[in-house]
Amino acid sequence: MTTTTTGGATFKGAVGSAHTRVEGRDKVTGAARYAGEIPFARLAHGWFVLSTVARGRVRSVEDGPVLGMPGVVAVLHHANAPRVDTDYVGLLGTAPDPTAAVFQHDRVPHAGWPVALVVADTSEQAREAAEALVVHYEQEPHDVTFAAEHPDAYPLDSHGPAVAEKGDLESELAASAVVVDAEYTTPEEHHNPMEPHAATARWDGGRLEVVDSNQGTMWVAGELANLFSLDPASVRVRSEHVGGGFGSKGVRAHQVAAVMAATVLRRPVRVVMTRRQMFSLAGYRSPTRQRLRLGADAGGRLRALEHRSLSLTSTVHEFIETAAGPARTMYDADAHHTANRVVRLDVPTPTWMRAPGEAPGSFALESAFDELAERCGLDPIELRARNEPALGPVSGLPFSGRNLLACFREGARRFGWADRDPRPGVRRDGRWLLGTGTAAASFPAGAAPSTAAVTAEADGTFTVRINAADIGTGARTALTLVAADALETAPERVRVRIGDSDFGPAFIAGGSMGTRSWAWAVTAAAEELLERLTPGAAIPPEGITVRSDTTEAVGALARKERHSFGAQFAEVAVDPATGEVRVRRMLGIFAAGRIVNPLTARGQFVGGMTWGISMALHEEAVRDHATGGHYGADLAGYHVAAHADVPSVEADWIEDPDPDDPVGIKGIGEIGIVGAAAAIANAVWHATGVRHRHLPIRPDRVLTAGAPSA
Amino acid sequence: MKEFDYRRALDVSGALALLDADPDARFLGGGTNLVDLMKAGVERPARLVDVRELPLAGVESTADGGLRIGATATNSDLAAHPDVRRRYPALAQAVLAGASGQLRNMATVGGNLLQRTRCGYFADVTKPCNKRVPGSGCPAVGGEHRNHAVLGASEHCVAVHPSDMGVALTAFDAVVSYETADGPGELPIADLYLPVGDTPHRETALPPGALITGVTLPPAPTAANSRYRKVRERASYAFAIGSIAAALDVRDGVVRDARLAFGAVASRPWRARAAERVLTGAPADAGTFAAAADAELAAAKPLPHNGYKVTLMRNLVVAVLTELAEEATR
Repeated sequence: MTTTTTGGATFKGAVGSAHTRVEGRDKVTGAARYAGEIPFARLAHGWFVLSTVARGRVRSVEDGPVLGMPGVVAVLHHANAPRVDTDYVGLLGTAPDPTAAVFQHDRVPHAGWPVALVVADTSEQAREAAEALVVHYEQEPHDVTFAAEHPDAYPLDSHGPAVAEKGDLESELAASAVVVDAEYTTPEEHHNPMEPHAATARWDGGRLEVVDSNQGTMWVAGELANLFSLDPASVRVRSEHVGGGFGSKGVRAHQVAAVMAATVLRRPVRVVMTRRQMFSLAGYRSPTRQRLRLGADAGGRLRALEHRSLSLTSTVHEFIETAAGPARTMYDADAHHTANRVVRLDVPTPTWMRAPGEAPGSFALESAFDELAERCGLDPIELRARNEPALGPVSGLPFSGRNLLACFREGARRFGWADRDPRPGVRRDGRWLLGTGTAAASFPAGAAPSTAAVTAEADGTFTVRINAADIGTGARTALTLVAADALETAPERVRVRIGDSDFGPAFIAGGSMGTRSWAWAVTAAAEELLERLTPGAAIPPEGITVRSDTTEAVGALARKERHSFGAQFAEVAVDPATGEVRVRRMLGIFAAGRIVNPLTARGQFVGGMTWGISMALHEEAVRDHATGGHYGADLAGYHVAAHADVPSVEADWIEDPDPDDPVGIKGIGEIGIVGAAAAIANAVWHATGVRHRHLPIRPDRVLTAGAPSA
Repeated sequence: MKEFDYRRALDVSGALALLDADPDARFLGGGTNLVDLMKAGVERPARLVDVRELPLAGVESTADGGLRIGATATNSDLAAHPDVRRRYPALAQAVLAGASGQLRNMATVGGNLLQRTRCGYFADVTKPCNKRVPGSGCPAVGGEHRNHAVLGASEHCVAVHPSDMGVALTAFDAVVSYETADGPGELPIADLYLPVGDTPHRETALPPGALITGVTLPPAPTAANSRYRKVRERASYAFAIGSIAAALDVRDGVVRDARLAFGAVASRPWRARAAERVLTGAPADAGTFAAAADAELAAAKPLPHNGYKVTLMRNLVVAVLTELAEEATR
């Protein structure tokens, strides 16, 4: 920690020391208001009616009887709703998901598609009328079956190319001393943030104002301006507190429907999704089917690596879960083939969900590596050490930093890995078989252009305005610490205001890039402000403000392989008589750039690892093939880990500052979940001698998997 | 949601009068299931009669050494009661295995017995369900049924009863007392739940408008050596995928008395009488326990995706009875 002296005051660095959340007291006392609970005069409430068929057309919406129900003021549907424009490319470089462009036509592309919005004076009246609304459909046969070899599957590029190939795969496999060839599957998984999606829209003096819960107000404001053909300056979106997003809180049906209703009714309208509605309206992680073929020489060095992933998307929008992507960073081989393919089915459009690509991809890749280690008779960490690449395996670019093996070394030391007996199925504690497992983790580290404004106030404090989003990560607090250090002042003298599209362009809370991108802009503005301030000179009543824009600086970053890395460790207990699997302890060691606030950073890592427990053992959305909709679409049917499932989970990090970032940040939002499920699955093998290649590892799967294979 | 009338009853006759045997009225206990079903639109009562203030919350010993449990005793109070913990430990364990601390503080004994299945088709009004809409069909048979019944089900419904408490009460021959406008009545718990047959919407033998007032456990010395084991997909706050309440009296290596009931395998808590017959008088060893399990599970009719429950229940019977036998001879 550094101590510098400025203008006679002692300044102690804030970045790197633990700080509780600046809004923590407001949150725990209920003073913090979330989007669905901010009062407005004359507020009306909209309630979605979702399709009960999975494919077809809306023949009629019988809105007459419903309009006569108590409190009902409008029923919006495809025959009467305002038209929107979907022919544009949004902030993230993609066209809008038509799921958000509600009520534009009579086609129903999946079960749970919004077919109407009932608006009433109270939420209860709207709900009762929505449930009474009769909608007639022309139903068509649907296809929701995600099969291994669907004839209509096709490769789809996203941030990287769909297919990357070097070398002759088949001949390298044929020449390999050891081969692993296995299929792994992960199920449909949902974000399920604690706070459901909620938005209130109103017109105020010719401006559209939306109070929302999202991961980027500029992003949502831009989409709404495009959809409704408005001047971007006439749209303001605010999102002060967000109870979790995980990739699901961009532009969605609720904001668009609220704007439509507010426009038609000329009064504020709020639309909140129910938990059940979120299962078809909020996005989700596609299920994956992944084939891994690894070929190695007797010493474990890879000759062949093939990772093929199939995911699904809707019939109305393309999204691909790039599960075959991590192999392009992690391991090299003489023949290296990766491919991401997708199939279009009559289901909702999936989207980014915490560690998209890496979370399911690492399960397959890191499980296959464990299998390879077993067949080579090598320790799983040693196998990874022997396959540590010097350059990007596909890109050929240098790494900006790759501290994977340092994470394994530190993790192995603290976990007690050296004492591990590699034989499976030999440790017992009463009715439980015990085992340990490990897996590697990685996630891209990036930054995106952002702007910030920092004001020196007349009273000696500072105000930072940046359109950041704190979706529970602690970003607001992290930016307070970053600004305090840049301004060489105490965090208590810095006020950070976020979540308002009027603050100007800034990147979203996504891609593990939010805090880094925002901190860069805040640092740039603060440093320039500090230069402008004359020691001892009075500051005018309006303060002195400096604005920054990092577009140029971020654009000047050299092309490199830029990633965070980590090593995951897990110990599990398995009761072979009942199939129950319980995690006993986990340890994650990460090399993820400079850690701004150890308190909230640990929360991010532990939260990700805990999600990894859920991914390994619990989470699974079940689709009912007859109706094409979900079975058990609520938190009683869709299990996440309960407290009793989360034992000692420890996360820590090694020194790994990013040399190309002004603060040294890489980003920590997603890597905590990467590799966690594989570490648990590998531990289940070590406990029982049985490989589990399909998530979640449910009791029935353990029971029916039978005895260990020879 | 639908508007409803809410009334609070202060005595049993008042509760019966407020309900008035109206098919659109419901008694409200802790509300831990009924209120959820109202939110989901599965239940749409016109009137709720809150019975939680009735003077029926006591748990006390009977003159013959049994136990009388009031219908409005909360799950938490029941599980904490010293007589329950000492004389019927499986009952206390079963209650504590269910739900969460907050829910157990609200949930009542009477309500627990009458809670509805957690079948995902039953809870989703957009899908068919013979239990919710008679004659609409049972999509679980050809659809999602991993946690559905393997015993006593029919083609019309394969849903399971979700109660943990009910499994222990079934093992211990509980008798359910009720009141109606025409006077009191009693039902052994084995007769409380009707067979599924082709009327899965008719769940209990209680007369219309009846109010459960209490549950009586007859004296059962065997119950002092009893255990409840619940298997679920996570460690807490989940319904069972298979559970067992077992009590064993072993003397000189021979089973003198055995009580066995299964949870999450049938439309009701499942008393394993075929297994008990094999156990009684037989050597208390793993061979007997396995034979007992097989005798009970011979009648199982698993569906394509719930056959694991037969393996699970067989393993549970052997494991839990082995533990009890070891403890009895220690």
